[in-house]
Amino acid sequence: MCLGVPAQIKEIVDMDNQMAMVDLSGVSRAVNIACVLSDTNSAETLIGQWVLVHVGFALSVVDEEEAYKTLKILDEIGELYATMEDLKQGEK
Amino acid sequence: MKYVDEFRDPKQAKKILLEIDKLCTEIVLPEDRPIQIMEVCGGHTHSIFRYGLNQLLPKKLEFVHGPGCPVCVLPRSVVDNCIRIAENEDVIFTTFGDAMRVPGSEKSLLDLKADGRDIRMVYSPLDAMTIAQNNPDKRVVFFGLGFETTMPSTALSIMQAKKLGVDNFYLFCNHITIIPTIKAVLDSPGMRIDGFLGPGHVSLIIGTKPYHFIADEYQKPLVAAGFEPLDILQSVWMILKQLKNGEAKVENQYKRLVNDNGNASALSPIAEVFELREFFEWRGLGSINHSGVKINDKYRQYDAEAVFKLKEVTVTDPDVCQCGEVLKGVLKPWQCKVFGKECTPEIPLGALMVSTEGACSAHYSYGQNIDLINQKL
Repeated sequence: MCLGVPAQIKEIVDMDNQMAMVDLSGVSRAVNIACVLSDTNSAETLIGQWVLVHVGFALSVVDEEEAYKTLKILDEIGELYATMEDLKQGEK
Repeated sequence: MKYVDEFRDPKQAKKILLEIDKLCTEIVLPEDRPIQIMEVCGGHTHSIFRYGLNQLLPKKLEFVHGPGCPVCVLPRSVVDNCIRIAENEDVIFTTFGDAMRVPGSEKSLLDLKADGRDIRMVYSPLDAMTIAQNNPDKRVVFFGLGFETTMPSTALSIMQAKKLGVDNFYLFCNHITIIPTIKAVLDSPGMRIDGFLGPGHVSLIIGTKPYHFIADEYQKPLVAAGFEPLDILQSVWMILKQLKNGEAKVENQYKRLVNDNGNASALSPIAEVFELREFFEWRGLGSINHSGVKINDKYRQYDAEAVFKLKEVTVTDPDVCQCGEVLKGVLKPWQCKVFGKECTPEIPLGALMVSTEGACSAHYSYGQNIDLINQKL
């Protein structure tokens, strides 16, 4: 019930009722976009964006830059480990 | 799948696990007790078991499964009230799939469906509203449950019904709120939680600011976390770093979807349609003040509670069930007397065995995967 899926907004199909078509892993589905419309996100700017879809509603726009930053941190956690290993190897 | 696969890389997981191992050895707790992290949300419980993360983490670190599975915390009498509504000849009763098999005192919604009543599983509350539009001679009731994550969807569906003049659509509202719930857990006697994995999708609605009391008043770290394996591991790593440094802060690992202030466009329909309840009865936790919402006066005509004669909700579980103790983290799922014997996902006695997000069901279904996961890493 708490799990949502990232999907890409393809087209606005019914602005009156705030409905858009999304591509959800190759499946097209109509979702309500009321929760992702805001001063900074008009219906037009939403097209092509990735959103989290939950029970037929887009709940939040995926921030691509933040996603990239998180992945970079994950990389760095690994790098730190690799550096520590190198240091250990050097000590021997 | 974009934004999913990147967060499932086993190589990365292996590296973080080593960092987590190291941190665990550096954190010393009194009486040599394990480090306990509560994942509040059932979605996290499901992911932890699905990917076997509990088996990969050091023995010194334990997950305590929190009360964040909306199906699991429903008292049986709520299911009885669903059945009371659905037994009406002119009613089409609609619900998310998770709630179909939750046992009431005598039967579940699935049993009632087998008896021939019109009960339909829907993917979205909007689908339930469409069923109402297509069946004007029936009363269509949607069983609304879940934390703040599902509230905007339900509220917007009610607003849509009003806009389109659909007057045969009703909501049986059992939505619950996360903050009083976490507070009730923190105030439970005997609780020894060292840190919290914050519910990611609730946070994208309410933001991270409401959690600050957990750090400020209870001195516990909380990290709002995503649901992929690397999200969870990174969040655990962030909590451990705080514990090691003697800090208690609210942090956000799930920044790609969650911001500090939440989502105003999702909060506004919640405020439009709902008001706080005085109290809400929980399975395993009892009555918690202001932990649920109901439909406000403006939208009263859509309120199933006002339309159907319902009984007062009381919390009674089968005597043999120990769901309450498991919910509070006092017992592990497999320590319950009926776990895997009289109570299985096929024939659940207690609610924790019903939903795939319930601690017992997740443990029963995924607890045996360890060899497979070890091969993969």
